[in-house]
Amino acid sequence: MSYMQQQLDEEKVFKDPVHRYIHVRDRIIWDLIGTKEFQRLRRIRQLGTTFLTFHGAEHSRFSHSLGVYEIVRRITEIFKNRPHWDEKERILCLTAALLHDVGHGPYSHSFEKVFDLDHEDFTQAIILGDTEVNDVLKRVDADFPRKVSEVIAKTYENKLVVSMISSQIDADRMDYLLRDAYFTGVSYGQFDIERILRVMRPKEDQVVIKQSGMHAVEDYIMSRYQMYWQVYFHPVTRSAEVILSKILNRAKSLNEEGYTFKLEPLHFISLFKGEVKLDDYIKLDEGIIQFYFQAWQEEEDPILRDLCERFLNRRLFKYMEFNPNVHMEDWHKLYTYFVKAGIDPDYYLIVDSSSDLPYDFYRPGEEEERLPIHLLTKRGEYRELSRESTVVEAISGKKRTDHKLYYPSDLIEQIEDQDIKRKISEILDF
Amino acid sequence: MLEHHARLIALFNYAREVVGRKKLQKMVYIAKKLKFPFGEKYQFHFYGPYSEELTLRVEELCNLGFLEETKEKVSGYYQYRYVLTEQGEQFLKHYDLELEPLQSCVTSMNEQPSRILELISTILYFDHLAKEEIVEKVQTVKQKQKYTSEEIEEAFNYIEDLKNQTVVS
Repeated sequence: MSYMQQQLDEEKVFKDPVHRYIHVRDRIIWDLIGTKEFQRLRRIRQLGTTFLTFHGAEHSRFSHSLGVYEIVRRITEIFKNRPHWDEKERILCLTAALLHDVGHGPYSHSFEKVFDLDHEDFTQAIILGDTEVNDVLKRVDADFPRKVSEVIAKTYENKLVVSMISSQIDADRMDYLLRDAYFTGVSYGQFDIERILRVMRPKEDQVVIKQSGMHAVEDYIMSRYQMYWQVYFHPVTRSAEVILSKILNRAKSLNEEGYTFKLEPLHFISLFKGEVKLDDYIKLDEGIIQFYFQAWQEEEDPILRDLCERFLNRRLFKYMEFNPNVHMEDWHKLYTYFVKAGIDPDYYLIVDSSSDLPYDFYRPGEEEERLPIHLLTKRGEYRELSRESTVVEAISGKKRTDHKLYYPSDLIEQIEDQDIKRKISEILDF
Repeated sequence: MLEHHARLIALFNYAREVVGRKKLQKMVYIAKKLKFPFGEKYQFHFYGPYSEELTLRVEELCNLGFLEETKEKVSGYYQYRYVLTEQGEQFLKHYDLELEPLQSCVTSMNEQPSRILELISTILYFDHLAKEEIVEKVQTVKQKQKYTSEEIEEAFNYIEDLKNQTVVS
């Protein structure tokens, strides 16, 4: 029997708060879960800094990855024996679902921005490189790692397979919405996933939804909308993210200036040089990063020291709404006042925009811009979701962007020059 | 502060008008591949390289009043038209971006149909591969577009032309 077809003697199950049980019967899935690159995901939180706002949000990318695998496993059961579904693609779908986030690093959003990285490059490198994951995948055949990497990169020829893991209604989004809602403890974010899975149908190049399941999809879209504003885009989480990015920027900048760290930042050297090798990357996890943040609280550099202390002890920046069309002159004034007050504005006066976040709403979009969610009518025709659902149409047209200005109110309180302090306070309105 | 927004405004300033979101997506991607400093993250989607970050940033620029978006119905589907506003021009004056080489590139791309820009951006997405492999990849992932060999060859030549006329320091 080929490795791809090998089954475990007994089914293994993982207890899971979202899906109740995650079922593993295929040998390859069990072997992949046991690799060190996949186990590393236990040490990376799914929601980065969100735990500083919602203390329950400690769940890992490991549990999310298992969840995505489980959803795809259930979809493949529903698709079995249906037209357009090729059962030979089943293992490919399951492995791609399991490994779709394997290249994520600690606090990857901030790390990627500051060090110009892309976790998807590392996902590809882990799947195709000299790793335990690659060793397992190669047991299927020499070309199998390439196929898995192409599904995740969305360049695989069978677009139906791609759309199960990555589309506007895919296993990835469905798991993270439910899981993030559960662990943050928010009451919104729920939708009837069982119903959605039951009305999914495979088509030539995409998954479509039977029109009778439209209301379940409406709930999913509403969940996505509410989670965006209430969790993902929470202003306090953004404040933590701003400070995290500034810590990394400061460390990078100090290194460029030749600053001597009390504790040599060995794990950051390749990041500073812009030459991150896979081995170095895999060593990074949140434990390591927090260790450095702890150590940097003792550094000579006052900015690095202060920012780390803020992050670890949750002394976050305050914020105000910022409209660049109205407040640009104010921003220039603030920048000058901060300099005069001895507060470096490059680290303490930050504008953060909604587009800085890696989450999105459902958008029907324009023809051939991005594949929308299609409903399948009884006549076998496709209808774009927002054309059929007034609920989805209503939230598709709303203003969904904002910009915030973040600043350290405690440092401003300590400014000795009362004139500068008053001018800053007048603009920041506190 | 907001440099990525400002660079997009600079692109609209050079283009004067962009018709179609798909065209805009591909223009920014191609400019990025030509080493212009656009920070939007792209992934491969059903219709080629696509950036959700760009979509959201353009929405921000519209909501701020820096861009004017017009929605038009064209043969059964909606198309969006973007024009820079007076306020957008004022915003751009706060920045010294030094993007002059972008002008000819943007003007040239804006004259191309979005179907061809989709082909060009797909070729550039696979530019780490050998030419024969790129052609094979384009024909696989873009099967439905039925690009001819001539179109593909012209797209390669066009990319070379763009690279020659837009040397980014």
